[in-house]
Amino acid sequence: MRDVAVIGIGLTKFGELWDKSFRNLIAEAGSKAILDSGISGKEIDALYVGSMSAGRFIGQEHVGALVADSSGFAHMHIPSIRVESADASGGLAFRQGYFSVASGMNDIVVIGGVEKMTDVIGAEATDTLATSLDQEWEAFFGSTLAGTYAMIATKHMHDYGTTREQLAQVAVKNHANGALNPYAQFKRPISLENVLKAPMEAYPLTMMDCSPVSDGAAALVLCAAEKAKKYTDKPIKIIGSGQASDTLPLHGRKNICIFESTVYAAKMAYKQAGIKPKDVDVVEVHDSYTIGEILAIEDLGFVKKGEGGKAVENKITTFDGEIPVNPSGGLKAKGHPLGATGVAQIAEIVMQLRGEADKRQIKNAKIGLAHNVGGAGATCLVHILEAM
Amino acid sequence: MVNGAVPRFWREIPQRYNLIGNQCGVCKKIFFPPRESCPECRRKSIGKMKDIKLSGKGKLVTYSIIHAAPKNFEGQIPYPIGIIELDEGPRLTAQIVDCKIDDIKIGMKLESTFRKIQQDGYIGAIYYGYKFKPLEDKK
Ligand SMILES: [Zn+2]
Repeated sequence: MRDVAVIGIGLTKFGELWDKSFRNLIAEAGSKAILDSGISGKEIDALYVGSMSAGRFIGQEHVGALVADSSGFAHMHIPSIRVESADASGGLAFRQGYFSVASGMNDIVVIGGVEKMTDVIGAEATDTLATSLDQEWEAFFGSTLAGTYAMIATKHMHDYGTTREQLAQVAVKNHANGALNPYAQFKRPISLENVLKAPMEAYPLTMMDCSPVSDGAAALVLCAAEKAKKYTDKPIKIIGSGQASDTLPLHGRKNICIFESTVYAAKMAYKQAGIKPKDVDVVEVHDSYTIGEILAIEDLGFVKKGEGGKAVENKITTFDGEIPVNPSGGLKAKGHPLGATGVAQIAEIVMQLRGEADKRQIKNAKIGLAHNVGGAGATCLVHILEAM
Repeated sequence: MVNGAVPRFWREIPQRYNLIGNQCGVCKKIFFPPRESCPECRRKSIGKMKDIKLSGKGKLVTYSIIHAAPKNFEGQIPYPIGIIELDEGPRLTAQIVDCKIDDIKIGMKLESTFRKIQQDGYIGAIYYGYKFKPLEDKK
């Protein structure tokens, strides 16, 4: 196996982008990444695209071919692969592309992630999000994705004394960060009150504990590390990649307050990288719901189980805290176009490690970690990157 | 829910109407919904999984109150939903009924009850199954 580096990144703005279609979005992100990398189209060996549910959101499957065509590569007959693992589809596309270059089969691949969620009405989006749960044994009985995370929050509050305010503080922090990110859906700070007084989504979570419905795309160019310097002065090497699964329904798990998929994916990635959680300088985690960020910092090993709420309250995870989490604004403020999210998280880590994150730059960031979750934790991907 | 053909729902009727699970003949662990084989005993359990009717009694592990519902449930909001651990061991997700929202507590004893779950707005079919209500004190 050989080393692989990220040599190009491209993002669209995230948000309710009514004038942009699925194909506009992915073509925009892809061409930005290719321009950023300095490669030419004919050097691309394959495309990997993460999309959770184009079939339900825009009535379109066969997404691999669509993306190759709308990016202008159909006439070059470049292989194009769509991967799916709910809202971890982007992270999974990245891992598959990484494998293909590491194996030596490919030299240069482009990774894309995309979702167009606002072409359907709200209840339809709620139904589609719930397809990441167990349809027969959770969704059939009226559970929703927000409801499932809410049940984790209820239990976490009961078992560890996590407070409603600590959950809200996650959203407040991420909005403060998002305000500095030009790509973010929400670029305004919010107050604790804003979160607590928002309409209830699924007790104990309000609408402001939940990531929004978003359109957007992200793309990355991967290259064999030995050739990366030919294209860029600042290649960012992938030093760890982990993936793990868990029971599809939340009720199948012994401990409701742990995402074992995160624990196992992280263990795999840390081991490959030869590092410990304390060596990480900057983190992007999957805060699709505020409780998700609290679980993530516990399960990734940054704080002990049960102490995530306290860590947020003590500002350990803020921009200038001990372990800055979600400088991009996270899914909460940056937006959460499902399939795009895992790819966009890695793009943020690359910007941070290149020292190009502008107003949200974490000082001296050398090692970054991205954490992408599918549904309510049945899939998790963890990637660790380092400046070369 | 995905709206559509009826067989998808009637094939789950024994489990959803009567709480039929199954038991591994090797390690005796009980599963709900029934499994093809036991994840622990694996190939040794093949052909040794036996159907078993569950008591429907258990306790509440955690819960939420749904305010933003899927399409087929929009008429029911707000409604409580929880994870229930049955006395026999398996856990499941179900709505909690016949109980004030403020009276719902982690650890409370519950029992299953047969109810309408949802109505498909597209083909009009009504689907039934289990919900859970506070266990009546039969002193
Ligand atoms: Zn067994």
